[in-house]
Amino acid sequence: MSVTGDEIQQLLDVVRDTQAVEIDCDVCLMQVGEFAEDRLAGKLIAEGLKAIEQHLLICPECREEFEALCQAMNALEKPELAGLPGAKDEERKG
Amino acid sequence: MVRDRDNDEWIKSLEAQGPVRESALADLRELLFVGLKSSLKSRSDYVETMLDDFLQDSLIRILQALDQFQNRSRFITWATSIAIRVAMTELRKRRWRDVSLEKLVADSNFDPVSDVEGDTFPERRELVETMYRVINTQLTDKQRTVLLAEIKGMAQEEIAGQLGCTRNALYKLSHDARIRLKQELVRAGYDSQSFAVAFNG
Ligand SMILES: [Zn+2]
Repeated sequence: MSVTGDEIQQLLDVVRDTQAVEIDCDVCLMQVGEFAEDRLAGKLIAEGLKAIEQHLLICPECREEFEALCQAMNALEKPELAGLPGAKDEERKG
Repeated sequence: MVRDRDNDEWIKSLEAQGPVRESALADLRELLFVGLKSSLKSRSDYVETMLDDFLQDSLIRILQALDQFQNRSRFITWATSIAIRVAMTELRKRRWRDVSLEKLVADSNFDPVSDVEGDTFPERRELVETMYRVINTQLTDKQRTVLLAEIKGMAQEEIAGQLGCTRNALYKLSHDARIRLKQELVRAGYDSQSFAVAFNG
């Protein structure tokens, strides 16, 4: 099995985005919520969250989780669409 | 009815005892249910019967990590991010647990002859050849293994487990390898622009 063109590009992208000082996945997890809220609100990335942005560029696992978090946050904004039992009860009562 | 709370109330309720805590836990579970379900439903490796276990493990992790909540986001956003980490880690573990790192590395390597010899773009071929030369001559075996496993998408947890090292040690191996690669490519005259256009252009 050789390395595919996509995989080589992925490696080049990650090497390009590599920084001498980076945060790890645990630090990312503790702050990614704040980053996601700002992103969904359309705010510019605060200086203190630049390290999260960089980590999401180089770490596919945290990036996958960030995308899932944004999806979850959208669903939580409209719980009636996501099948939240309490919301349905309210709907029925209304 | 399920209700969200402000951050202080979440923390106080979850640290309380008795019915206040029970009610907060029940609401948190319902909200995590909504978030997790919507973020996992399109994945082919997820089946709904997994959700109960994910929720249970997530609640334990969130309660253990309460003192790490820095109040920089809504509590429910933070809690959902932990639940997603718990669920995704488990899904990745299931996907990769039968894959041998040793075999993955034995089956594939950074071989410029097989990967880019026939490439009709000389600049791209040269870039890849330079990168492979650095990988094959200036990285350690472990660093090379980690780079290969990572670009093949193998789960970090599984790579660390099979290498017999911690996640932190794995991160250091990968970071040192990336730094070395970047330094050597820059030294060879490549800049960010040339990295970006190689295969995307
Ligand atoms: Zn990460």
